Amino acid sequence: MTARTISEKILSAKAGREVHAGEIAMCTVDHVLGTDASSPMAIDYFEKMGGQRLFDASRVMFAFDHYSPAASAKTEALHERVRVFAKKYGAELCDVGEGISFQLLAERGSALPGSLIIGADSHTVTAGALNLFATGVGSSDLAAAMITGQVWLRVPESIKVTLTGTRTAFLSAKDVALALVKAIGPEGANYKTLEFHGSALSAFALEERMVICNLGVEMDAKAAIFPSDGATNEYLAGRKVGLDAPVTADMHAVYAREITLDISRLSPRVALPHAPDNVVPIEEAAGTPIQMVFLGTCTGGRVRDFHEALAALYRAGGTVAEGVQLVVTPASREVDEILRADGTLEAFESLGAKITTVGCGACCGTSGVIPTDGVNVLSTANRNFKSRMGNASASIYLASPAACGASAATGKITDPRAARVSR
Amino acid sequence: MIRLDGRARKLGDNINTDYIIASTRKRDTIDEQLLKQWLLETLDPSFAASVREGDIIVAGHNFGCGSAMEVAATVILAAGIKAVIAQSFSRTFYRNAINNGLIPVQCDTSRFDEGDALSVVLDGAALSVENHAKALTLTCPPLTGIVLDILDHGGLVPYMKENRALTPRGT
Ligand code: SF4
Repeated sequence: MTARTISEKILSAKAGREVHAGEIAMCTVDHVLGTDASSPMAIDYFEKMGGQRLFDASRVMFAFDHYSPAASAKTEALHERVRVFAKKYGAELCDVGEGISFQLLAERGSALPGSLIIGADSHTVTAGALNLFATGVGSSDLAAAMITGQVWLRVPESIKVTLTGTRTAFLSAKDVALALVKAIGPEGANYKTLEFHGSALSAFALEERMVICNLGVEMDAKAAIFPSDGATNEYLAGRKVGLDAPVTADMHAVYAREITLDISRLSPRVALPHAPDNVVPIEEAAGTPIQMVFLGTCTGGRVRDFHEALAALYRAGGTVAEGVQLVVTPASREVDEILRADGTLEAFESLGAKITTVGCGACCGTSGVIPTDGVNVLSTANRNFKSRMGNASASIYLASPAACGASAATGKITDPRAARVSR
Repeated sequence: MIRLDGRARKLGDNINTDYIIASTRKRDTIDEQLLKQWLLETLDPSFAASVREGDIIVAGHNFGCGSAMEVAATVILAAGIKAVIAQSFSRTFYRNAINNGLIPVQCDTSRFDEGDALSVVLDGAALSVENHAKALTLTCPPLTGIVLDILDHGGLVPYMKENRALTPRGT
């Protein structure tokens, strides 16, 4: 048997035969995920394809995350179409306020090592933090998978990403991810999987690994996969539904490219407008005035993100600077509940932050708060394309939760390592 | 054989799907006939009105990156554009194009200019582009296997209606 990557192993298992990079594999999927942005169209395709039933209703889930809550009667009509379909065919529906699709799958313990997950959302790759193959597709592929339980995939070559060195204080997973986007480029991982290795991985909790996988799409990656280890088990403890089969790469597996990143000397990063690969060390962006800070999304909307942001905000003075609008949007109900229970949301509220409905929030301009004309936004999200948040005249900067928290306090882009103002 | 004749509409690198059609536009409707009036509005608000039936998009690297939203492919088709020629495509856009019968053509577009008269020819698996303005004929990587099969059917809907399953040729 030839040595194989994690991608080759998972896709071989799902194809029922040994497959290697470059081959087309017909794979059986474990979970199919749709969002409110992609499911109405998938339902159209399903019906046009002559779909009669779901291959397995327990493996199909729809989440209302992009339009949470629906901003108009027309959007509400799209929601209703999905509700009716889910009820008719028995699929699980996570309505407004539940959370972002793949985040919910992970929280429910259904995203397990060795699984194959397809989702009609590019950031489905986030779930690869759990040692599985998760990839984004469009609505038509989703519809075909809803009917057949299968997806055809070209088995991707993998890029071996090795993280070495010692993690320093205030170095966030987001900084590592942005550094990788810069190093690999916006299409550097096109058609490929990022597979993570190295002694520094153990320094990152599962939630943080999700951040690194999430930004894989900004390099065009088809999937982004971590090994299974103590952090995986810790996350899955008490959640796991079903059996997992951790997958490791063979020692002599062949990679398209190998990249090593020593995180010891990495400083916090910022992506400047209007592309996620437009990344600079924070020193080069420091001082840029900002008028809106957005904490949330499938990149920076989990519990530790808000904890880090709040701690940094306190260190940098403890109040939100005048003229700065602070928006907080938890990625899921579970995140929201934990933050309510531990007082984090209350603390943000007392600082004047606007707490919005669980979901994608302001990320792509479809719900929540739209930036006003001409403002600079600092955000924990993954994309800063022009007009991404619904206003073409706003400029979006991306950074870690800590950098966002510190900057909210100062009103300008601020290095979270430097910010120590005595109150 | 499919032969498409049209004029080049030149775009740059990394044209993401949000630029093709903004998320804010598709939150109220997924009807591509309505959405086409906002095609590429973030890059050029006058673009949609200037599109003529048969135009061919010519782009640089990584066309269709970002969100996997399928309206990005259907809105291009609705505008009357039946092929996109680019140096490279993002994988989700590529799949969505094939699944809807929009032909994604990968070739070197560096010498193409706005308005060039072009022909895209799909003959069996062979794919080529003629740029009449530059007197160039470029042979592109052929379409193979299930990709060609889906495109031959006119997209994934007719493919699924006929086959009821996904059955790649040659496996
Ligand atoms: S939070 Fe943003 S990037 Fe993530 S799924 Fe929602 S819209 Fe997409």
